[in-house]
Amino acid sequence: VNAFARVIVFGLAVIAFFAGFSNFGVPQVEPAPPPKEEKLALGQMTMAEFVALGKRVFEGKGTCTLCHNPVGGRAPLLDRVGAVAAERLKDPRYKGEAKTAEDYLYESLVKPSAYVVAGFGKAGTQDAESPMPEVSGGSTRLSEAEIRALIAFLQDWSGVEVTVQIPADTGEAGKAEEKPSQRSPAKDAPEVIAQFGCIACHKIGAMAGGPIGPDLSGIGKIRDAAYLRRAILDPDADIPKGYQRKVMPANYGEQLYAKELEMLVAYLAALK
Amino acid sequence: VKPDRVLLVVLAAVAALAVPEALAAGAPVLTEADYPRLAGVNSRIAVWLAAQLHLWFAAFVLAVPIFVFIIEAIGMARRDERYDRLAYEFIKVSITAYSLTAILGGLLLFLLVLLYPHLFQYLAGIFRPSMAWYAVLFFAESALLYVYYYGWHWLQGEFRKWVHLTLGLLLNAVGTTLMFLANAWVTFMMSPAAVDPAGVFSGDTWAAIHNALWNPVNLHRVVANVAFGGSIVGAYAAYRFLSATSAEEKAHYDWMGYTANFIAIAALLPLPFAGYWLTAEIYAYSQQMGITLMGGIFAWLFIIQAVLIGALFLSANYYLWCGMGRSDGAARYYRFVKYLAIVIVGAFLVWFTPHTLVLTNEELKALGGPYHKYLGALGLMPAKNIAVNIMILFTTLSFLMYRRANRVPVVGWVGAGNAALAALFAAGVVNIAALGIYHGYFTNTVYKVASSIPQVLTTLSIIVAAVVIDSLMYRGAREVAPLRWGRVPDRAQYALILLAVAFTWLMGLMGYIRSSLRQHWHVTNVFRDASADAFTPTLGHAANVVSAGALIFMALVVFVFWVSRVSSRHTDAAGYWKKAGAAA
Repeated sequence: VNAFARVIVFGLAVIAFFAGFSNFGVPQVEPAPPPKEEKLALGQMTMAEFVALGKRVFEGKGTCTLCHNPVGGRAPLLDRVGAVAAERLKDPRYKGEAKTAEDYLYESLVKPSAYVVAGFGKAGTQDAESPMPEVSGGSTRLSEAEIRALIAFLQDWSGVEVTVQIPADTGEAGKAEEKPSQRSPAKDAPEVIAQFGCIACHKIGAMAGGPIGPDLSGIGKIRDAAYLRRAILDPDADIPKGYQRKVMPANYGEQLYAKELEMLVAYLAALK
Repeated sequence: VKPDRVLLVVLAAVAALAVPEALAAGAPVLTEADYPRLAGVNSRIAVWLAAQLHLWFAAFVLAVPIFVFIIEAIGMARRDERYDRLAYEFIKVSITAYSLTAILGGLLLFLLVLLYPHLFQYLAGIFRPSMAWYAVLFFAESALLYVYYYGWHWLQGEFRKWVHLTLGLLLNAVGTTLMFLANAWVTFMMSPAAVDPAGVFSGDTWAAIHNALWNPVNLHRVVANVAFGGSIVGAYAAYRFLSATSAEEKAHYDWMGYTANFIAIAALLPLPFAGYWLTAEIYAYSQQMGITLMGGIFAWLFIIQAVLIGALFLSANYYLWCGMGRSDGAARYYRFVKYLAIVIVGAFLVWFTPHTLVLTNEELKALGGPYHKYLGALGLMPAKNIAVNIMILFTTLSFLMYRRANRVPVVGWVGAGNAALAALFAAGVVNIAALGIYHGYFTNTVYKVASSIPQVLTTLSIIVAAVVIDSLMYRGAREVAPLRWGRVPDRAQYALILLAVAFTWLMGLMGYIRSSLRQHWHVTNVFRDASADAFTPTLGHAANVVSAGALIFMALVVFVFWVSRVSSRHTDAAGYWKKAGAAA
């Protein structure tokens, strides 16, 4: 009985040590809960919000950072991918069907083997096959809108023009999240201009406005759409001679719906 | 055939037949309400414990016949009856465990049907043909085991012994096939095959069985089972040694403990390599899954694993060093023990070094970054690969030293042989270190672990070459004095018990990680887990469940050993029974 008791006590002590070490000797990392289907109110999203959604997908549900991180080196870093996308299309190794940088990014998400960055292919395939899963399937299973948001984020991150259009609302999803306090989007550019009080500072064609900002009546003659978009989203990026910095609010990206932004840009670009 | 087995087979058959004909609809999309609840029972923990306990017992009862077969064959080859008696004693221990395995398997099946009916139905639909085979093999296994065990003393002598050995071989073949079939279920859940992304089954059951991780898990489990089974029998022998009252009994259980430990260690040495292969296949199947395993939330689990494996290697070596006391010639080797100990502890510490530390801001500042200036490099996998290979090589050295302890070689080339062995080990260590350092620290991360295969091959080649050279050198060697079985300190027995407990616990822990890799999927990427327990539990929680399971397992093992001893006891009940004459 003595030997039995000693053996049992010893066994219990060993188990207690292992359990104690696992509980108190290592940090208790709380694994992320299973991802939930996010309800997206796409129709009422500004481009900045859409880019922010892409960033969330990149860091969360998309699990992109598992491989695309500077520590592991398992996959190429993506902070310049928006800029290099166009070059990839010209690479003789490119096997896909994309014609634009945006399409290239889309293709590399849903058909990762269309172009494998040298040195990052599956072992033994001479970079012919990518180890990356298709993000539209498998455990990642991103929706079309999430993929587009991801591309918008990657373009934004790379410092290139965000060419992605926010997809049309998928109906159901938008309604579920609609907040009563949110305003409804303007129908056309003049309504946007009226709602946001642009003419408090700018003269815009027939609409009389103040002298604080440049006259936009013929702005389409000297500036293109990309410049105008940037001037709205990031007003201090380029200030015309004679005007002050930090006068125009820098938060229109957050206030304007993407649709409104595009309507406004198109309207201004047409003022010739 | 006992009632519990009938129940199991009937349950399996009923469940398989209850599956709807077509799985055309694919994997069901469930909500939390689709999971039946039992008041006061956490479904996941209940199934987890039942599965783990079933696996522990199954591992034990599958492993014991493997080495019983080997020991019986050695006994036959040497015509040494001691081996035959030892083999019989081993199989006797496993026979009660066999019933428990079946009961626990029945419990697991029952809980699955009750608590996860949709999952069970989906899997049963895919594996239905193999389930029928499972039932057939189960009967065959039972029949073979009973004839093998109960016929042991009947099937003795020239021809009959061969028949008995053949039965042992068949028993192993059937048992291993049974396990492979069961492995197909769990590996299908990890790396599904023969189903489309919606879970619609193509109808090819063999493809579903032969999924990406099936063979790596099969190999890993066979090898680990032998190591585990050996350790459990070793613990039994240790307990019997500690409670022995006569020198003869002590000598017998010392020998039994040594043999069981030898089996456990022989299987432990290649186990990390089977683990490498499994991990490599996990990465090949899904890089995401691989990273979740090694670099994600489970990274800290490998520090716990390092503690456990360190405990295994240290206790195995310690047992060998203590065991040298059986030999009168061991004094020649004692001075080397401390160096072996230093290297093995050093290798353990490297394995134990975490890569990323969880630090407060002050600590981060004091350390000058997230990694320690010098020790940070030891946290990487290449350093650990170097460490584990060196640990295995030095354990081999311990074993060679133990073998030599009682013998004096008589061949003329002893000096040259020893020089060759020294050169072999030195070159091996240099090669392993150089490969690891070059690939680990001077190449792209993707190639960080590229050195592991040549390192493993180096280690295996050295083990084989060293054992061959040593065996040739000690051919016909003179014994210093007869080995004194039983002359070993009590504390060596605790090393055997530690080995068994650490193995048990480690199996539970690795079961948690294998299963958790699926994350919130019943069947990876195909069949989503929508239950309340779809999240991955923390390491502490898992350790508590594993510990509770290990305690239940230990209690049941004590029961099994007790029953196997009780069966040979006789109480003289004189006066209780009527005399034959008086009854008339």
